[in-house]
Amino acid sequence: MIDLAVVDLSRLQFALTALYHFLFVPLTLGLSFMLVIMESIYVMTRRPIWRTITRFWGVLFGINFALGVATGITMEFQFGMNWAYYSHYVGDIFGAPLAIEGLMAFFLEATFVGLMFFGWDKLSRVGHLFVTFMVALGTNLSALWILIANGWMQNPVGSTFNPDTMRMEVTDFMTVLFNPVAQAKFVHTVSAGYVIAAVFVLGVSAFYMLKGRHVGFAKRSMTVAAAFGLAASLSVVVLGDESGYALTDNQKMKLAALEAMWETEPAPAGLTAFGIPSLEDRKTHYEVKIPYVLGLISTRSINKPVEGILELVATAETRIERGVLAWDAVERIKADPTDMTARADFEIHRNDLGYALLLKRYVADPRQATPEQVVQAAWSTVPNVPLMFWAFRIMAGIGFLMIGLFATAFVLCTLRKHDTRWFLWLAVLAMPLPWISTELGWILAEVGRQPWAVEGVLPTFLGASSLSVGQLWGTIIGFTVLYGALAVVEVGLILHAIRKGPFAEQEAFAAPDAPTPAPAPAVA
Amino acid sequence: MELPIDYATLRLIWWGLLGVLLIAFALTDGFDLGVGALLPFVAKTDEERRMVINTVGATWEGNQVWFVLGGGAIFAAWPFVYAISFSGFYLAMFLVLAALILRPVAFKYRSKRPGKAWRRFWDWALFVGGFVPALVFGVAVGNVLIGAPFRLDSDLRSFYDGSLLGLFTPFSLLCGLLSVAMLVLHGAAWLGIKAERGPVSARARAIGTVAGLLGIVLFIGGGLFVAWGDLGFRIVGAVDPSGVSNPLRTAVVAAPGAWLDNYGLYPWMMAAPVLGLAGIVAALIGLWRRSEPLAFAGSAISVIGIISTVGLSMFPFILPSSIDPASSLTVWNSSSTHLTLFIMLGVTVVFLPLILIYTAWVYKVLWGRSTTTDFKTNPDLY
Repeated sequence: MIDLAVVDLSRLQFALTALYHFLFVPLTLGLSFMLVIMESIYVMTRRPIWRTITRFWGVLFGINFALGVATGITMEFQFGMNWAYYSHYVGDIFGAPLAIEGLMAFFLEATFVGLMFFGWDKLSRVGHLFVTFMVALGTNLSALWILIANGWMQNPVGSTFNPDTMRMEVTDFMTVLFNPVAQAKFVHTVSAGYVIAAVFVLGVSAFYMLKGRHVGFAKRSMTVAAAFGLAASLSVVVLGDESGYALTDNQKMKLAALEAMWETEPAPAGLTAFGIPSLEDRKTHYEVKIPYVLGLISTRSINKPVEGILELVATAETRIERGVLAWDAVERIKADPTDMTARADFEIHRNDLGYALLLKRYVADPRQATPEQVVQAAWSTVPNVPLMFWAFRIMAGIGFLMIGLFATAFVLCTLRKHDTRWFLWLAVLAMPLPWISTELGWILAEVGRQPWAVEGVLPTFLGASSLSVGQLWGTIIGFTVLYGALAVVEVGLILHAIRKGPFAEQEAFAAPDAPTPAPAPAVA
Repeated sequence: MELPIDYATLRLIWWGLLGVLLIAFALTDGFDLGVGALLPFVAKTDEERRMVINTVGATWEGNQVWFVLGGGAIFAAWPFVYAISFSGFYLAMFLVLAALILRPVAFKYRSKRPGKAWRRFWDWALFVGGFVPALVFGVAVGNVLIGAPFRLDSDLRSFYDGSLLGLFTPFSLLCGLLSVAMLVLHGAAWLGIKAERGPVSARARAIGTVAGLLGIVLFIGGGLFVAWGDLGFRIVGAVDPSGVSNPLRTAVVAAPGAWLDNYGLYPWMMAAPVLGLAGIVAALIGLWRRSEPLAFAGSAISVIGIISTVGLSMFPFILPSSIDPASSLTVWNSSSTHLTLFIMLGVTVVFLPLILIYTAWVYKVLWGRSTTTDFKTNPDLY
């Protein structure tokens, strides 16, 4: 039997390291493209202030990038370290996008990032812009391949179980590549990264404005952030809605859980704006519903119902019963690979095999499961409803706030009212919000998929490595101490760089006869 | 669908590509690791240390991707190997990760603050980030030659009997030290090319010479272990090179001395150990005669020769099991499917040359020796 303590600790470690990694990645995704925009303005206008702007945000980009890379190394190897059976079970499909990410994306960004920092005086203006663009392209392609891998976990298309190798194997690689869930996730996630970068640039610039420091620099940076952020915050919400639409076919349970929708909602389904979901009663109290909205979002229609948790659990129960028949056939094939009857039986129920594996939580051989255990396993397909419910509402709420923030910023920048003080304060205070939102987005996607590591195919608890509790505590403590210390150092360095300001290096390095930077004019 | 390359050939190609990736990692990030391990010893003043760091500062990040890509490619092409080796060597792998996590931040953060203690701390972090991975990789390779303590059940789930300390046997420690010596020599040769001539390069030459001599002794010592120690596994019975990837369907026995079988079967394979030794000798001659390109070419050839020796000696084994030889992973029983190997080969054929081209371009732009005064005129340097 699987040691559930090991499973829980493995999940804890994965969540900690992934959430931590994801603090740095979105900023990298967005800031790299903002650097491209700023440097393009420099190349086109040739005004030195834009070089200063690009270089200053580049310094902050670099501090953040270092930790993104450092924590990304962990992710690449953690599947093998902590999730060995998962790696074996799905490596034939899941490994490919990770390898392609290395070949196509990570190599590109990591090779060019050094030149981006060290090549300012070794390259022409256009040459350097090209290098910056390659870094931005690399980071964003990187996200594409990681989300193709993750998208397959949510919606495992183009693959099938092979009883001879006891694993999932690819049947159609193109379907894996063009998985609609992966596409929706990619655009939603990178847009969220763009919002984070825009909020970061906006907030730091607002801080300078409030202090009356580097005003010319700050105004220009604000203008770029306002335009970039408005486009990004609009697309993150619209494309998030696209993610919701992609859910309805693939992960009905996730949708039902984040809506805390126990009963099937007849068409046209209403969206629960507020409520208190209760796991014990299997009910949501004090519901406030907005009619039609859920039906419109999730089915793009007003005449299709949206299935509720109770109905989905009942479906899971029948699939578990059929899955046991598939498992029985697999055991017979293991005993005698030439048993053709067993292979024929397997073909009939192969799609439900994953549901039989849910029983392994309660009984070593799914064929021995009692009816109570089948019901228990069926209920285990329901993720943590209150967590989902609230995570979704906070995430989406922040998303709409961001649209408001950037719309205001855009109007103020257009009217040249950069120094509106209440707004500057708002911009500084808003800085942590998009990080909260993206982390909740990750929780929503991953907790919402539970109990599955790969939806309908492999339960999470089966994926873990056969490690000991002691080993896991050792690495969890190790990672926590290391990551915690690095977070303190990183924040310290970013604050230090912000305090020094964008012109510190020019003052320190300017040749004696070089003209000192003129007081910047209002807006370029 | 009929694929244009048969399954057995693809497995052979991917076994070769696995070697190419490991060698590329050792050749490029190898000198970064070596330079990190050398840092506190070849550079004494802050100016010297910044110069040494800047010899790899702009390119180590790209070099490290060979390691990350190695992880991804093993996952995609050899999922059994990925799953069993990284979970089986769990705490050792954690040590490597912790050391490698320190490295990017140490490079980036060290010179951002003037404090003496601050800089000394990150200098030692760079040392750890170079020395520990070099040692643990070698120890891990030693354990691969010994066989890892794992077994598979009928679901092909893996279980282990080993511990972190159990990984440190005399033979694996010898392999670890050989790996350190090899990469320190490579790092010293790199400093010869990339650092200003002066006290630093003189110290690097001296330490590199010691590392090279040690490398020769350790490599020959490793050979003696393989010949007379209790090492080696052999497949018994029929093998289907195009068979399904199920390790439990191969019969394997422990066979001391079997790691030398291939040299009898294919005498050309002797070229690998010969290159390993000849490379070190050439590097030593280069160091003595102050011919920097010869020293670097020599250390590069020795890296290629030594790593190839391990791979060729074990072929077709990739990861044998010491406690249950029947669970051993070989080229013929632990790969991805025919289709995945084929697709991944296509992707590699397109992108690997591109990577080589732009990496070469970046090195060309950044060509030239690093000096102890660079950072005074260039605010971008570490």
